[in-house]
Amino acid sequence: MSDLLQMFRPKTKAQTTTLFAWALIAPAAIYMFLIVVWPLVETFRLSFTNSNLGTLIEGADYIGWANYEKALGGRKFPAIVNRTFYWMFLSVGLKIILGLIGATLLASNIRARGVIRALVMPPWIIPIAIGCFGWLWLYNGHFGLLSNFAEMIGLTDGPFSFLGYKQSAFYSAVVTDVWIGTPMVTLFFLAAMQGVPRDLYEAAYVDGASRWYRFRRITMPQIMPTVVTMALLSAIWTFNSFEIIWILTEGGPRGATTTLIIDTFKTAIFSYKFGAGATRAVLVVLILGVFSLIYLAVLGRVSKKFGYSGVAK
Amino acid sequence: MMDKYSLLHKIGIYVSIALFLTFMLLPFVEMFTASLRPLTHLFSRPDVPVGETMSFVDFISRFWSDKMSFQAYRDMWVTVPQLGRYIFNSVFLATAVTIFSMIFVIPAAYAYARFSFRGKSISLTLFLAVNMFSGAVLLIPLYKLLRMYGMLNTYWAMIIPGVAFLVPTGIWLLKSFLEKIPYELEEASFVDGASRLYTLRRVILPLAVPGLVVVGVAIFIGAYAQQFLFAITFNQDRDYMPLPAGIFEFIGYQRVLWNEMMAASLIGILPVLVIFLFMQKHLIAGLTSGAVKE
Repeated sequence: MSDLLQMFRPKTKAQTTTLFAWALIAPAAIYMFLIVVWPLVETFRLSFTNSNLGTLIEGADYIGWANYEKALGGRKFPAIVNRTFYWMFLSVGLKIILGLIGATLLASNIRARGVIRALVMPPWIIPIAIGCFGWLWLYNGHFGLLSNFAEMIGLTDGPFSFLGYKQSAFYSAVVTDVWIGTPMVTLFFLAAMQGVPRDLYEAAYVDGASRWYRFRRITMPQIMPTVVTMALLSAIWTFNSFEIIWILTEGGPRGATTTLIIDTFKTAIFSYKFGAGATRAVLVVLILGVFSLIYLAVLGRVSKKFGYSGVAK
Repeated sequence: MMDKYSLLHKIGIYVSIALFLTFMLLPFVEMFTASLRPLTHLFSRPDVPVGETMSFVDFISRFWSDKMSFQAYRDMWVTVPQLGRYIFNSVFLATAVTIFSMIFVIPAAYAYARFSFRGKSISLTLFLAVNMFSGAVLLIPLYKLLRMYGMLNTYWAMIIPGVAFLVPTGIWLLKSFLEKIPYELEEASFVDGASRLYTLRRVILPLAVPGLVVVGVAIFIGAYAQQFLFAITFNQDRDYMPLPAGIFEFIGYQRVLWNEMMAASLIGILPVLVIFLFMQKHLIAGLTSGAVKE
């Protein structure tokens, strides 16, 4: 029998295997090439042109680095980049903290855990846009629940339009983003926590370690790779987040919630400046690329330190 | 012993859970009560004399009314005659995206789960790298591409980019399911003289059905959730609009009928909520399997 099996896995078959595997992957690979890779290259090319609605027919001209000089040299641009990073770090930080709290609560030995876990999920599984419609009403200055609640507890003396002022609009968008992102983070942290071997806790308990100590010295190190992975994935998604801001504020008031993605969309689609929009898209890709390299480096170090990679590839 | 809590601890845990759930569910509760309230009540404010703060009773009267009814759920079909069409479009688009995605995902995931070959890890990494990009970065060339093939303002305008952003995750998820099917079964099939494709079809696929269902449902939920950006950029035709884009148009109206808008939104999330409810256990286990130490 084993001799027979050997016949089917000889070394000479390595090449046929490679060929067969690639034949299976080819449809997906070709599709991704057409819909993602080629447009990416095309975006890069467009970023050096003056392409706009008018040039769609007669063709655009190459204008060198002019789009980049204009974008990077513009007065607004540094503010937009700063805002994007602030948006990302604040929102991801809150998601991680809330996710850790939520997962710890759900991992504790309480009744109806399954039901509670299911109740946490809806913000994640429903269409983002629809969740945002709900928040739009919640933030309504005259008739929304939040404004009236603030008035009742004496925080404000009258209607307060959360999305009407620069600062409050920004933080309101952050809250909505955290609301959408927290369930997934919670779920993954919970799964990681439940994967921690129980005997570790029992040993620590016997030695008299407090709950907080056990969390700090057992849970945290054990789930660290998952935390790092989720933080970085979540950072990428938050950086790219479009719908939330677009539905709540369309980047306003007066640009207070305009992140790089919103700026790209506004320039390219709303103002039909395809070239200038492409330049912003390229900058987004570059920033995310650098970010991902840092991610891989950090994950490598974390894996080394804790002995396995957070989310298995 | 270790899992016993003191009374104080217990209270703390339940209060924290209540707060956590309040944050997660408040928008839904508010959407629901808003959908029940008549417009006149929706747009009323209690008379609070100047200089006085709103009392708790006033506050509650803002959100609770005797005149609550399901009227908005009837009226919305009249106000927005295409509403039924929007809902159909949403479900149709998500289904189409799921089917097309699976066609690409199944063979690729099988290859990654079963064979070691040249370029395996690098190509898998490249697939996953797609998750880094938002559709917003690719909008301009995609717009040109769809325009070139006359696919703007059709279902294709939303299906084609939609599939691209779900395939990588799909491959990754299904791969981890397929890896759990013992290799010996395939060997036995080969020994009996079956071809690789025959083995994939007749041995692996039947065993992989639970995994396929979970991945399919995950892709469906993802496809249902992402129907906004591509819909508002590549499609102006109301006949093909998915629900989120359709509801978004409500907001542009002179007078926003919030109760009907909230009712339509809640109806719109019903399909995914129901699917999630039935599939929750398998979905959560499947999605998070990677996060658990093996």
